[in-house]
Formats: sequence, C-alpha cells, structure tokens
Amino acid sequence: MKMILDTSGVSKNFKSVEALRDVSISIAPGERVALLGHNGAGKTTLLRIVLGFLRMDEGTVEINGHAPGSAAARRLVSYLPESVAFPKMLTGREIVSYYAKLKGVAKDEVMPTLEKVDLVDAADRRCGTYSKGMRQRLGLAQALVGQPQLLLLDEPTTGLDPVSRQRFYTLLSDIADKGTAVLLSSHGLSELEAKTDRVAILRDGRLVADAPLPELQLAAKLPIRIRIQSTTEDVEQVHNRFGGKRINGAAVEFVCAQPEKMERLSAISELGGAVTDVDVSSPSLDEVYRYFSLRDEQKGADK
Amino acid sequence: MRSVLAIAQYEIQIGVRNRWVVLASVILFVFALLLVLLGSAPSGATKADGLSVVVASLSTLTVYLVPLIALLLSYDAIAGEIDRGTLQLTLACPVSRGEVLLGKFLGHLVVLAIAILIGYGVAGAIGFYFGENTDTTGLVDLGRLIATSIALGGTFIAIGYVASASVRQTGTAAALAVAIWLFAVVLYDLALLGALLVNPEGAFAKTIFPYLLLANPADAFRLFNLTTLDAGVPTGLAAGSSGLPISTHLAILSPFIWMIAGLAVSSLILRRVQP
Ligand SMILES: Nc1ncnc2c1ncn2[C@@H]1O[C@H](COP(=O)(O)OP(=O)(O)OP(=O)(O)O)[C@@H](O)[C@H]1O
Ligand SMILES: [Mg+2]
Repeated sequence: MKMILDTSGVSKNFKSVEALRDVSISIAPGERVALLGHNGAGKTTLLRIVLGFLRMDEGTVEINGHAPGSAAARRLVSYLPESVAFPKMLTGREIVSYYAKLKGVAKDEVMPTLEKVDLVDAADRRCGTYSKGMRQRLGLAQALVGQPQLLLLDEPTTGLDPVSRQRFYTLLSDIADKGTAVLLSSHGLSELEAKTDRVAILRDGRLVADAPLPELQLAAKLPIRIRIQSTTEDVEQVHNRFGGKRINGAAVEFVCAQPEKMERLSAISELGGAVTDVDVSSPSLDEVYRYFSLRDEQKGADK
Repeated sequence: MRSVLAIAQYEIQIGVRNRWVVLASVILFVFALLLVLLGSAPSGATKADGLSVVVASLSTLTVYLVPLIALLLSYDAIAGEIDRGTLQLTLACPVSRGEVLLGKFLGHLVVLAIAILIGYGVAGAIGFYFGENTDTTGLVDLGRLIATSIALGGTFIAIGYVASASVRQTGTAAALAVAIWLFAVVLYDLALLGALLVNPEGAFAKTIFPYLLLANPADAFRLFNLTTLDAGVPTGLAAGSSGLPISTHLAILSPFIWMIAGLAVSSLILRRVQP
C-alpha cells in the first residue's frame, strides 16, 4: 500500500542537543498513529520536519512522494501546533474562513467544520472571548477544513475536558474512516484512551516502539498483580502457597508474569473456601508507557 | 494571487477590528487640523493658494508621522506571527512566502491609505471650505500630498518588514522599528544640518548634500512636495535642491526605490525564517 507519510533514518541535531536519531516511521492512508514521548523527546521536532519548517541533518521524508514543504506536499497536509494565539478581535468563523481561503477550500465548508468541533454557537463571537478548550477546538477546525490527507496534530487534546476529548477521538475516527491519516502527539498512553491504531514512542530522539497497543502491552512483559481476599484463619495458608505480601491481615497480593496467569488462577480456585475474592489487575497503560519511555536508570530509580 | 488577496483582506480586517484604522485616522486628522487652523490665519503677505500653504506644512508633518505609523503597523508582521505561532499555520498552507509578504504589504498599505485619506482628506476639506483664497490648485496639491504620503508609508511598511523578519521577538522588532524611525527622520536631518552649518559654501553643501537628501526617502518626499507646490508658496527647504543633478520631480522615485528594496530584502530574509 502506498504510504501517505514515509520517513526513514531522520536525524536532527540542535547544536549539542540530539533531538532526533534515526527515526523511521510510515503511515498509511486512514491510519491513526499516536506519537508519544517525554518532554523534549523530539515529537514537535519530527512534526516540524515533516512540515518542511526544519531541515533534517540526515534521512528522507516523503509526503505521498513529495518533498516536505513543497507546494504539492502542503496541499495534502494540515497542522495544529502546540500553541497558537489567533487574532483576538476576529471571530471563529472569520479565522476558519481565512485558512479555508489559503487552502483553496470553498466557503461553504467553513460552518460544517465549525460544527464538527462544536463551535457553531460561538462562531460569531471574537475568539479573544473563547475558553482555552474552545481555542484549542478552533485550532482543530483550522486544521480540519478542506479534508487534508495527512493531519499533523501536536498535543491536540491539551485543555479539552473529558467530554470534548471523547468527541475529539470520535471525530478522529470519522476522519480516518474517510481516508485521512492522522499523526498526533501526546504525553501518555492513558490520555489516548486506546483510540489510535498504532502507538509510536520516542525516547531521547529515538523511536523505541512502533506497534498497535496490544502488542506493546505484550512486549513490555509487565507482571500482572493478583490480590486474594481470604479469611483471617486461612490467610497464612494462602500466603505460604503463593508468597507475595500480606495486606490488612486477610489479603495476599503477589505478581506473576503474563504466561503464568492462568496456572495461578486455577491454583487459586483449588483453594476453595479459603478464598473469598480474587482481583486481577493487568498493567495500566501508564505503566506500559513508562516502561518504554523511561530510560533504564530512571526505571530503577522510580521503583 | 488569490492567496495574496486573502492575506491582504485578513490584515485589513484585523486593522479595522482592532481600531488601528480609527486611531491612525484620528491622530493624522488632529495634527492636520491643527496645521489647517494655523495656516489659515490671515497672513496677507503671500498670494499663494490658502490650501497650498497648508499642504506645505502638512508635508513636513507627514515626514514625521507617516513613517512612525507605518513602522508601528509593520514591525509585528513577521516576528509577532512567529511569537504567536500563526506563521506556522499560514506556511503550512500552500502559499509561498513571497505571497505572504505581498499580501501583508497590500493589507497594511490599504489600512494606512484609509487613515491618510480620512485624516488629511477631512482636514483638507475643512481648510478648503473655511479657508481664504482657496482654489482648485490647492485641491490638486492636497491630492498629490495624500498620494505621495501613502507611497512614503508603503516605503516604511516595507522597511518595517525587514526589521520584523530579522528578529524572532516582537519586542526586539519594536525597538528596531523605533531606531529606524529615529535615524531616518530625526538624526539623519540633524546630521545633514550640522554638516551644512559647519561649512555652508563648501564642496559638501554643493555636491554631496543633494545626493544625501535624495538618499533618504523621507527627505526626498519632502523635497518633491515642496518644490512641486505652486511657486508662490515660500518654502525653506527648496533652496537646498539647487545643486541637484536631476529634476526635483524625480525625487519621488527615492521612496519607491526604497520600497522595492525593502520588500526584496525582507522576502529574502523571510525565506530563511523558521516559523
Ligand atoms: N529551535 C531549537 N533550538 C534548539 N534546540 C531545540 C529547538 N527546538 C527543539 N530543540 C530541542 O530539541 C529537543 C526536542 O524538542 P521537541 O520540542 O521536539 O520536544 P517535544 O517532544 O515536542 O517535547 P514536549 O512534549 O515538551 O512538547 C529538546 O531537547 C529541545 O530543547
Ligand atoms: Mg512538543
């Protein structure tokens, strides 16, 4: 399948800072990819290279075969930067109309776009009066207008309340279903609510993961936590059987690796009446993210 | 071309909405009206058209005020958009950087032109109706003044873009714009005057001075307007043009040359700017 975005071996240094190192990532039409990483991992830098604002030191980037920043590439791409301040005195409708004109999009697409981001009621108010979330959605409307083939969104969900965020991901699926590829940056897996097809994680400018979320969860091999609720009489027996640590006098908690999970659970059920309840918790998205995004020495320090 | 017009229209919209147009018009009108009232005091001595006398003093006013307004309008154009992140949005769209600059220039020029037309136009009309000894020659002089003032404004808008594209912070760009104004319309003239006073008859006064006058767009503008006025209006500066190698009518080319140079240089710098 022809990729809409293809980067290979991209490296970028800012003087002594190595912002990106040998980053290769491809996105197919209609695919939603989340770009994660700690502060300063290089997410914004990668997006700015794809837009042609920054020149890479090494590597190649192609947008549907076109060079980044070329007129042909820019016709396919839309961008929402991390932070942008629109002219305060203009209304939301005027601002989106302006970008629609620059993109050569018909005027009658402006209102439907504002409707997608839920700004119809505020369309004719000055954007200086908008709340932070509304300004963020105005930025999104500006990026959405004209059905781009590749959407580059830098932290699009900051400032959005849970309901707006939910709507944002619904909107994203609709757009992706129509064939638009989306590359969005974010700070954590839990923020994404597992709403993307693939997750790419940058750590200190290197791509350390690029796979669907379930695969990452498996690859992280993080232990599963099992807590057994027992009775005061039987807790000693349970503790002897499984080890781990005792909690509140009547419960035992221990960890086990993913492949051993079923074996442990059947062992627990064999204990019969000694067990009143079992709680199994898989590693949270945050834990998976921390596994990939933290350096090894940091991982040790955090425990 | 469609993008150029869209950008120009956007700048005009912003200029109107944030009261720039109103503010600049009022400032120009108040100062111009002051000169109209002073100029229409019966002098008796001159036979010149009443309005033409006013135009002479207005052209000196323009030299100070219009470059200042133009620079204030333009210093923010690029540095400010980098600051606010909007330049990234514009440049992510399929428009060239040259088109962005040209669109902004047209927009800012229209904003300034509206302010000059309103400010000088209304003040001039008052002078025409209530002044003594006014004729259509005065109106022609006023029209020429307005047209050349707009051109001078365009020159300093273009020069302001050079300042704005050279730095990344709006604050620095503002400081640079003020420095340009101070140099071009105040210090430059003081230096020339000083040199003339030191040696009024020397080679400097005869050969170099006229060229230096032409080299500064603001001085060239004043020279053009004053010497083109009806000969009956007594103006001091016209005498300085006696050594000019070319007709004083050509002095008006100087602001246009600077305008084109300013646009060319700022578009070259803008090409290297990382939004
Ligand atoms: N113009 C620049 N000049 C110098 N260094 C830069 C520049 N832009 C980015 N950097 C450096 O490159 C690294 C990556 O920055 P980048 O903005 O891409 O991070 P990020 O992943 O977007 O972080 P955040 O989550 O905080 O937005 C950082 O160390 C940053 O200091
Ligand atoms: Mg960033």
